[in-house]
Amino acid sequence: MDSALIPKGVKRCPIWQFALGLGIAGAVLLWGVYAMFLCWFKGLNQTNMNDYYGFALWIWADLAVIALGGGAFFTGLLKYVFGKDELKNIINYAVLIGFICYSSALLILAIDVGQPLRSWFIFWHANVHSMLTEVAFCLSCYFCVLTIEYIPLILENRQLDKVPFVHNLSHSMHEYMAVFAATGAFLSFFHQGSLGGVAGVLFGRPFAYREHLFIWPWTFFLFTWSAAAYGPCFTLLVTRITEKIARKQLVKDATIQLLAKIAGWMMFTYIIAKIIDTIYWATTTAPSLGFSLKEFYSNNPVYGFSILFIEIVVCGVLPAVMLVIPKVRSNRLLLTLATVLAVIGVSLNRWVMVLQVMAVPVMSFDTWVMYYPSWQEVATTILPVAYGVILIMISYRYLPIFPQEAELNPLEPETPVAAEMDSQEATEADADPELTPAEA
Amino acid sequence: MFPFNFEWVWDMSHMVFMGGLWYALGILGAGMTFCVIKAILDTASGKGGHHH
Repeated sequence: MDSALIPKGVKRCPIWQFALGLGIAGAVLLWGVYAMFLCWFKGLNQTNMNDYYGFALWIWADLAVIALGGGAFFTGLLKYVFGKDELKNIINYAVLIGFICYSSALLILAIDVGQPLRSWFIFWHANVHSMLTEVAFCLSCYFCVLTIEYIPLILENRQLDKVPFVHNLSHSMHEYMAVFAATGAFLSFFHQGSLGGVAGVLFGRPFAYREHLFIWPWTFFLFTWSAAAYGPCFTLLVTRITEKIARKQLVKDATIQLLAKIAGWMMFTYIIAKIIDTIYWATTTAPSLGFSLKEFYSNNPVYGFSILFIEIVVCGVLPAVMLVIPKVRSNRLLLTLATVLAVIGVSLNRWVMVLQVMAVPVMSFDTWVMYYPSWQEVATTILPVAYGVILIMISYRYLPIFPQEAELNPLEPETPVAAEMDSQEATEADADPELTPAEA
Repeated sequence: MFPFNFEWVWDMSHMVFMGGLWYALGILGAGMTFCVIKAILDTASGKGGHHH
């Protein structure tokens, strides 16, 4: 039915199967949209946020998806600025995942601000002394960059590409993509960093506060570094999941291995810096503010020393070492395990830097305050996941996301009857006026 | 955001923040404008085969 829109030389599932998948993801999406409208119409009393938790599940999800979406800027930087041409085989998917992550982050923020119609205030009446203003600026601008990077992919759709202007536009955007990618890397460096900086400057919260380099706390650099390290792992993981669902290889091993190797070394160096930061904070910074390390990890039901061990050792050192060793990362199962651990690790880091910061008692009369998200918060956090699944499904079906797919999965020679039916379908598709190539 | 906003002050903070924002928007806007104009000119000159 939609065969005229599917890229040449590749096979896709039947339309009913595709529609069924869309329907299931769409139902979850609608649940999230319902919760979103509840938050907008009834207000933030729909959430379990309170005076202790001004930042809650949404801000964690925001920080997590922004870190996981870091694969787009870092892969773009490697390909367009550092000339790692092999990554051209996965850059489209990295851009798509980045686009989903950043649009999700903006959607969550639109719910979180409570009054989305006043979102423009942050630009018009900018507080130029706030790191969050820098985050808002860079986030919005970088989303524009991702949109610019995603547009040529859409324009390369089999039918759209027949229009000469569309073809030329896509071609010229590809030609000058390095300019956009470099701008995107610059913007990402600052907004990833400032998200970490927000925690690091909280001198009233000794759990988060860090020493500074000029005006930037160490968390500024750690957040940027971790996004560049863990973001590509998320790209690799989603690629693997897509391959499993599609039941075919979509990217050659050489590309996967190169990205895994770079991500591994980035993680390895990051985790060394993180360990040094943690030791210095535990032995110097926190005691200078009147706190011992034990006070941050005791007398509460959730946040024990185990969370620190899981974040740094199990989901930091372990996947980094796994990805650095060629024999381990060349094993597909172990590579997937390493990327899963890495994704959990960076998400846990963001959870700690948002939620545990709020939970730790600061004043002598404070106690640990636990937070459990309301179903509206959970639904609106799952909403971007459903949206992401839908966008990936549509993009994979109709756009040439994976340049090596046709080569890796050559179509079987058709039987005469099947060929005749396909030819008939193609004729019908050509006869469909909606699918007729537009004229310039 | 603009010098004509009532709270605008010509200080370092405004110049760094707003300078950065307008610089980034300028690059993106100029880049896209260039690509669109080039595509129009290429199309007018008859380029635009169906294959890359």
